[in-house]
Amino acid sequence: MKLQGVNDFVIRFANVNGSGSASANALFAKSVFRLGVPVSPKNIFPSNIQGLPTWYEVRINEKGNLGRRGGYDVVVAMNGQTLKKDYEGLAPGGYFMYDSARQLPADFARDDITLIDIPLTQICNREFEDPKLSQLLKNIVYVGALTHLFDMEFSVLTDSILSQYKKKPKLGEPNIKALELGFEYAATHFQDTCKLKVKRSNQLTRHILMDGNTATALGAVYGGATVAGWYPITPSTSVIEAFDRFTGQYRRDESGKKRVAILQAEDELTALGIALGASWNGARGFTATSGPGISLMNEFLGLAYFAEIPVVLIDVQRTGPSTGMPTRTQQSDILLCAYASHGDTKHVLLFPCDPRECFEMTADAFDLAERLQTPVIIMSDLDLGMNDHICLPLEWDDTRTYDRGKVLDGNQLESLTEKWGRYLDKDGDGICYRTIPGTHPRLGSYFTRGSSHDEYAAYTEDNDTYQRIMLRLDKKWQTAKSLVPKPDIQVSDTGTGYGAVFFGTSAQASHEALETLESKGIMINTMRLRGFPFQDEVREFIDRHKTLFVIEQNRDGQMRTLLINECRIRPDKLVSITHFDGLPITAGHISDSIQQILNAQTQQGGAQ
Amino acid sequence: MSSPRPGFRHPDLPKNDLGYTRRDYEGAASTLCAGCGHDSISNAIINACYELSLEPSGIAKMSGIGCSSKTPAYFLGKSHGFNSVHGRMPSIATGANMANRDLTYIGVSGDGDTASIGMGQFVHIVRRNLNMVYIVMNNGCYGLTKGQDSATADRGSAGKKGRPNPFESIDLCELAIALGAGFVARGFSGDKEQLVPLLKAAIGHRGFALVDVISPCVTFNNTAASTKSYQWVRDHMEATSFFDFIPPRKEITTQYGKGTTQSVTLHDGGVIHLHKCDESIDVTRRRCAIDALEQHLEKGRLLTGILHINESLNDTHDILETTETRLNTLTEKDLCPGNQVLQDMMENYR
Ligand SMILES: Cc1ncc(C[n+]2csc(CCOP(=O)(O)OP(=O)(O)O)c2C)c(N)n1
Ligand code: SF4
Ligand SMILES: [Mg+2]
Repeated sequence: MKLQGVNDFVIRFANVNGSGSASANALFAKSVFRLGVPVSPKNIFPSNIQGLPTWYEVRINEKGNLGRRGGYDVVVAMNGQTLKKDYEGLAPGGYFMYDSARQLPADFARDDITLIDIPLTQICNREFEDPKLSQLLKNIVYVGALTHLFDMEFSVLTDSILSQYKKKPKLGEPNIKALELGFEYAATHFQDTCKLKVKRSNQLTRHILMDGNTATALGAVYGGATVAGWYPITPSTSVIEAFDRFTGQYRRDESGKKRVAILQAEDELTALGIALGASWNGARGFTATSGPGISLMNEFLGLAYFAEIPVVLIDVQRTGPSTGMPTRTQQSDILLCAYASHGDTKHVLLFPCDPRECFEMTADAFDLAERLQTPVIIMSDLDLGMNDHICLPLEWDDTRTYDRGKVLDGNQLESLTEKWGRYLDKDGDGICYRTIPGTHPRLGSYFTRGSSHDEYAAYTEDNDTYQRIMLRLDKKWQTAKSLVPKPDIQVSDTGTGYGAVFFGTSAQASHEALETLESKGIMINTMRLRGFPFQDEVREFIDRHKTLFVIEQNRDGQMRTLLINECRIRPDKLVSITHFDGLPITAGHISDSIQQILNAQTQQGGAQ
Repeated sequence: MSSPRPGFRHPDLPKNDLGYTRRDYEGAASTLCAGCGHDSISNAIINACYELSLEPSGIAKMSGIGCSSKTPAYFLGKSHGFNSVHGRMPSIATGANMANRDLTYIGVSGDGDTASIGMGQFVHIVRRNLNMVYIVMNNGCYGLTKGQDSATADRGSAGKKGRPNPFESIDLCELAIALGAGFVARGFSGDKEQLVPLLKAAIGHRGFALVDVISPCVTFNNTAASTKSYQWVRDHMEATSFFDFIPPRKEITTQYGKGTTQSVTLHDGGVIHLHKCDESIDVTRRRCAIDALEQHLEKGRLLTGILHINESLNDTHDILETTETRLNTLTEKDLCPGNQVLQDMMENYR
């Protein structure tokens, strides 16, 4: 039986890296989005520039379930290296599209799928003279064919191409032609073949389709960042590239000079050092990196914590340990970032779950870092940062002003009646008053150091003083709890003993999984963590349930460890649901895992 | 442990153009070993800033970790200072300078701090030509960790432990010239007649200015077999030239004969008149400057003074085309494009 249905399937494009497939595949996803149908594309790409296999997986789901589903119903198999694997992995009843220039070997003998062979090479060689163009346009031809197979509005695709090539209409023409060629071929040869359809839905009137790194970069622009140090590393590089692009456009003075300084550093130590030096000196500095960079930044993070220097750090997490799988996703820097550096250190973490939160949390992070005078780390990941996600549009409140925290200006220094101390806790919230170099000719200078210091910033090895400063830093940490974003808690059933805890890019799949379980009568309340340190609400939610599933994308259940440690939770109360193969977590994996655990509990006669 | 110096002020102390006394440029009492070369350099920095009438609050002091890097606590007490981590001062200085291009940045580092752990940051700050004075208090050893050889220790030189250093040494000045630094000088902590003007000229230079100061460690590396001892340096140092540094807006009163005197005008209008000791050395030419260093090395002599100067280079801000306004003074109005722009932009994502 052929798979059938409207606006609910997964299509996988199997390509060779560097063959120009990315823009064609994105065109397809964007067109689905423009039809108002919820869509989530995921680029599964190698750490390579040319030649290795790459996949682009697009989930289309009318109900708006946009986590990775797992499995695929249609495959566009353009890569000989992975042909067999792509063929075998296709769901029964699925559709296998390939270039008929390639003879399928005899062992491709499934009878539960539909073959759609299109002479892509032949068509392109015939229609386009330039061999390079002909190669590239093969990708567009298959998109044209899909348009017909899924019964999509053709004009949405041509409009997309026209707007993409608005400035170079000459380049748009062959693309439109390629689309038409594919469409016509499918119309002639595969009239009623495919039973999966994409129909206009208009669910997404206000939404945007954007990758998280772009949103993060915009957050830094709107949040007033003026100095960025960075060192290239996937998947964070595009944060700075986008920041560079946007500031090039929106941050010019009257003479065209830049209101920003972006420096590609020699390594991540320098990248963070630049951000710290800038923040110490009263600008808003930041850097973006991934796990290996965070490892290198540890020493400086300790300095920033102890000397109390604000800084914003974007961690776009990837699959570790070590170089790991640099182009695959994970949420595996949680413990590294929470406690980065030697000695007693803790850092404020924010966990965005979609591009809109990337934007908001990044902008907020600059306020938070200056308010708390400490590093704030945005815990994004490859899936969020580099894939397009549907979300509500980014918005900025024009009445908003930057919170520069407790910074004394010249007048304030002059009107002080008592001696000022850089590390003196005047307000009892653990946050002290700082000064920016050059503020006043005589007042307010101090010496910043990572060695032990007293309330007046003087070097000290006095044990009591050291301890007092450390305790005051802990008080500041308590204050931070009231400033970081609260968890998003949804209690649908006050009677259930089950709760689920998740964060960041695990949220979509978790919600979907819990809906599935709910349809089977298993009620689970949810808490999406948005910041660290954890507030009382986090502990209360956990206390309210008997068993909690902590869903995350790493092997060791790092968030579970953090919760146990910080909220003093009995470990057996928190059950780990982990997914760490480098691909985004799926709803199926979560619901199956929870189901299994519950089944085992019932068999043992335990639990409820 | 550092403590403030007694606050006693003599009413008749001489004042500079800003009305400050030399004391206004001092810092906390030093905690270094008595006789440590580093303290003499601190004093030279105090003299240079006092004599140049720099506003103390217009200076930022940066350092890494080491005995040398502690010294910013001992000079310019009215300036902000940042004692960072080992070998990473250049990055902090870079960020600070990006935030506020109008301060004078004086960085202090050690030979361990610069030539070993911080080598990466050092070479790259030179390449970027950050506008700052970078002073290396060079004692050929790691003072603070008790005297191990550093990467600037000459081969065969021996400190207190007596074992001759078996490794080739790094000449930071030659390296900096090769990397394109616009101002490179070498001084000796025991020669303040030379050092103070060197520091003043370095401050007057716009762009990266390296001042490598041989600064004996009396506790671990002032032995007869050490080439970083007071005695050895006194016996072997030669200067490229003697020079006068005329700060901007000061009248030039002396007339110099042609030929042996070369004048270089600095960015801020100051002038350096170099009276050559060796006519063959033209410090304004990079190749010549490196040759001079190599020739002296072959002869077993230590070349000091201004080793290279080039006033025509772009600094980091020029290269990045940053606005003239200090970035740390920009506000929402300058930085935030506003919601309308954002909403227009959203159309590109629909
Ligand atoms: C990451 C790190 N490694 C090692 C040290 C220990 N340490 C402190 S100072 C120093 C060497 C300092 O030598 P130098 O820069 O020449 O300064 P000096 O004390 O000689 O003036 C070392 C290795 C440190 N502070 N940090
Ligand atoms: S150990 Fe050496 S470098 Fe350190 S203070 Fe003493 S003399 Fe100076
Ligand atoms: Mg040393």
